[in-house]
Amino acid sequence: MTERTLVKVAMADLNVSREGVLKTVGLGSCVGVTLYDAKNKIGGMAHIMLPSSSLSRDGAINLAKYADTAIPELIRRMRELGASPHLEAKLAGGAQMFAFSTSEALRIGPRNIESCKEQLKRHSIPLIAEDTGGNYGRTIELCCRTGILYVRSVHRKVKEI
Amino acid sequence: MESYEQFAELQWDVLKEIGNIGSGHAATSLSKLLGRQIGMLVPRVALVDIEEMCDSVGGPEEVVVSIFLRVTGDVTGNLFFILSPDSANRLLDSLFGLPTGEDGQYSDLQRSALCEIGNILAGSYLTSLADFTGLNMTPNVPSLSVDMAGAIISYGLLEYGQLGDRALLIETTFMEGLEKVKSHFFLLPDPGSFAPIFRSLGVPDR
Repeated sequence: MTERTLVKVAMADLNVSREGVLKTVGLGSCVGVTLYDAKNKIGGMAHIMLPSSSLSRDGAINLAKYADTAIPELIRRMRELGASPHLEAKLAGGAQMFAFSTSEALRIGPRNIESCKEQLKRHSIPLIAEDTGGNYGRTIELCCRTGILYVRSVHRKVKEI
Repeated sequence: MESYEQFAELQWDVLKEIGNIGSGHAATSLSKLLGRQIGMLVPRVALVDIEEMCDSVGGPEEVVVSIFLRVTGDVTGNLFFILSPDSANRLLDSLFGLPTGEDGQYSDLQRSALCEIGNILAGSYLTSLADFTGLNMTPNVPSLSVDMAGAIISYGLLEYGQLGDRALLIETTFMEGLEKVKSHFFLLPDPGSFAPIFRSLGVPDR
């Protein structure tokens, strides 16, 4: 039982784990939010694409896709798994992948970050670390035993936050 | 707002033909640039989600060289020209005599050379579409990024992210003889841009 379970989180997806490793790849302007309960070693991760569900024109929405719906859902799923109310958050991603910016859509990275922070504040979850912005993609892994978030990028060293 | 799921067969044929014409012209430009014959696989037109797009270029974590252009005019959308780093390096070496160093980082000169390739290809692609449809489509300044496919492609899907979870893809693979320069074109028209294309081609609304 030394092998830790790897739980993959796809784009516009979220998941929770006890003692496993949560991973999502290729965060560009998307934001990876992780919540962690250190006492029970329970972690949660969401791969968020857009700042607000009010941008949706669909009837049925994918809760994991929007910051304002993904974060409450992530909290709910962690509680279900037995997490305490004392959670800590980390953020990664929200980059601007290309150098220029000609329309509102191209500022989606910073808007995603802003919206995630607002949601965390609303749910009184402290943000203890972040690796956001820049112009490069990120792959993140949350180790639910230690709470360490590993951030990998092309041509850069692995960061631990 | 049209629903992609319900495209009629005639409309699919039109979209495929658009992929064909555009890619054909782009292949001709690439061939002239290289002074060699460029082969082209039959374009694939599909309604895909982001995972499928990423898989077609090697997976979301695969490092790709991507030239991105925003298209404006009567038809708006995003255009991606995506190469593997190997193919990009081969192009730089054979076209411009700019071999890539061992660290895989591009110099400013190499970056602008790659952007220029993207510019020429996108220009010929869009011009042929514009001629065919009589619609105005203008490529904006190209921008280069070398990064994970997932990070790059998700960016182009954001216009779609606001609508649903899938996008329309016109994918073309170029082959340069046995020495493969494999590249992909992704044209992601904004949701509202299908209607003018169909109207200009006389495809009746459902």
